[in-house]
Amino acid sequence: MSGGAAAAVAPAQRPAVAVPALKDALLTALVAFGLFVPIVGLRTDVGANGGLVLRQRWGDVAVLVGLAFAGRLLMLAWRAVRGDAKPATAARTALLRKAGTFVAPVLLALAVLLPFIPGTGRYELDLGILVLTYVMLGWGLNIVVGLAGLLDLGYVAFYAVGAYAYALLATIFGLSFWICLPLAGILAAFWGVLLGFPVLRLRGDYLAIVTLAFGEIIRVVLLNWVSLTGGPNGVTGIPRPTFFGLPFSMSGEPGTFAGFFGIEPSPVHRVIFLYYLILALALLTNWVSIRLRRQPLGRAWEALREDEIACRALGINITTTKLTAFALGAMFAGIAGSFFATRQGFISPESFTFIESAIILAIVVLGGMGSQIGIAIAALVMIGGFEVFRDLDEYRMLVFGGAMVLIMVARPRGLVGSRTPTVALGTRRAIGAEHVAEGRG
Amino acid sequence: MAEPILEAATLTMRFGGLTAVDAVSFTAMRGDITAIIGPNGAGKTTMFNCITGFYRPTEGTLRLFRDSAPVELQRLPGHRIARAGVARTFQNIRLFPGMTALENLLVAQHTTLMAATGFGIGALLGAPGYRRAERAAIAKAVHWLEATGLIDRADDPAGALPYGQQRRLEIARAMCTDPVLLCLDEPAAGLNPRESEELSGLLRRIRDGGCSLLLIEHDMGVVMGISDRVVVLDHGKKIADGPPAEVRADARVIAAYLGEGDEE
Repeated sequence: MSGGAAAAVAPAQRPAVAVPALKDALLTALVAFGLFVPIVGLRTDVGANGGLVLRQRWGDVAVLVGLAFAGRLLMLAWRAVRGDAKPATAARTALLRKAGTFVAPVLLALAVLLPFIPGTGRYELDLGILVLTYVMLGWGLNIVVGLAGLLDLGYVAFYAVGAYAYALLATIFGLSFWICLPLAGILAAFWGVLLGFPVLRLRGDYLAIVTLAFGEIIRVVLLNWVSLTGGPNGVTGIPRPTFFGLPFSMSGEPGTFAGFFGIEPSPVHRVIFLYYLILALALLTNWVSIRLRRQPLGRAWEALREDEIACRALGINITTTKLTAFALGAMFAGIAGSFFATRQGFISPESFTFIESAIILAIVVLGGMGSQIGIAIAALVMIGGFEVFRDLDEYRMLVFGGAMVLIMVARPRGLVGSRTPTVALGTRRAIGAEHVAEGRG
Repeated sequence: MAEPILEAATLTMRFGGLTAVDAVSFTAMRGDITAIIGPNGAGKTTMFNCITGFYRPTEGTLRLFRDSAPVELQRLPGHRIARAGVARTFQNIRLFPGMTALENLLVAQHTTLMAATGFGIGALLGAPGYRRAERAAIAKAVHWLEATGLIDRADDPAGALPYGQQRRLEIARAMCTDPVLLCLDEPAAGLNPRESEELSGLLRRIRDGGCSLLLIEHDMGVVMGISDRVVVLDHGKKIADGPPAEVRADARVIAAYLGEGDEE
């Protein structure tokens, strides 16, 4: 369309657009008024004689309502200028995917080189370890939620099982980290099967509630079984990891890491080692899930998410297929948990509250269910962003919540909502989010 | 050709006080297309769900003669029925809409492919045995995509296919499980006359390929054109059973369809 024609049409249309917009903004202001009167307008303070005094703050309410009015008007004006938001089409997601092919190698290179980038100190490495732990947990939960479509709200329970498995095996039996790592994974997978067997006949919301309860049960047991777990005091003195038998110590003796390689002892060595360890574990999770997705088992998980009844008609055993997804997801959480225990050197039930499950689930959902790179970015943004905004103190949660709302408004199916076919005769084309099911448990 | 493939004896299905299928006995012959017809609510789909393991019949037996020894279908758990050789399609299409047509057909070969993965470890590491199995599975999928005329849409998501193609893809997916008995629940519903004609041809080709068919259908053109035998249900009871021409002339069938004289 030419500019002249648009300008000629616009003035005639303007009143028709402006009046409903004004009405809409007034309605928004009214809702804001209703909300802000009790929240902001009325405040109780402790008076001079110890009693409560009701203070009214009509000025603040007026400012907030005015902001809501102006904001809504601006948003509508922006929409009128730009036109309606286009739905996410396959073409647009394909474009995003093309960008994604560059993003993934760049992120990976950055992750591998991070300890050697100048200016990377102890703080950056610790943050990197934290982010990678959540990336691994996100990828593990993605098998359950993203691929198999089973909503699991108690994922942190398996993380706790792994952490306590390593802590107790190491402190009581003196087993080394490298033996405990697979053991913790197996134990967590075992608990996954144990929980999954009775529970996986439930679907959707019911499954979510039971997994939520399971997460709490594990935490409460850890809190109360004082003789084994130490209760709220947790487990202390968990052995730190060694470099395949060489401890990281400051003495510089021949039997230590620094002494063996003839380098200056430094506390950073251990942090770098831990960083690469979690990077390797996260990449293992990624590799296993990518490989499994292209196999009958992974395809069956996705088919289960799409249509459970059709799966049954095709001879797929639904229970065992769901159980494998549950057990595998739990196993990776268990491995991540034992890493967490060895890094911290101390664990207590406080580290395994429901909010952890919620954060991991939020990472999977925001990243785009089933997308590996989307989850990695979501973990980086959520965990890294949370740390970056540490200076904002009490407004940190506000920024966090606002960011989540923004992502959900802009990309309701997560950062990467499309799905790549696992096999193709010709070229693989991304499948738009409009066709892919979310799963109902 | 007088061998039976499926034998239902006094099949009964009750839901609380409602008897949806009432002591129905019939035999479907090997290499035949057997149609089950009847007015709405006659119990056709309920019977179908019993045969394909979605319901467990209250009474009666269902024997599938695959090789020599008959298999009692009503005793098998749901997912075993497909492995025994009974495949089905659904009245309201149930594809995996977010997966491509090719992927849909590979999911159907889950059981054979799974056996080749070596508990997942072999496939994870890319063992040659699994690769061979996957190539064979893709070849079979391509065969059925060609047979149903969907080869050009192999890499498109199933949810993006037009209705008629989705119907055909569902039949292709059922055939990929290597069934001896294919059960079709209203395959011609919503198809235009040309598509119905194509469907009849496809079903005849499937029968000639050695698979017996059992279908529920309302489109009398399709039923009378391709069936070797027609079973008529009304109010859960069998009222007629025989070749199409004979059934069409049956007074009780005409009465059931025209709603004439509510007997009982």
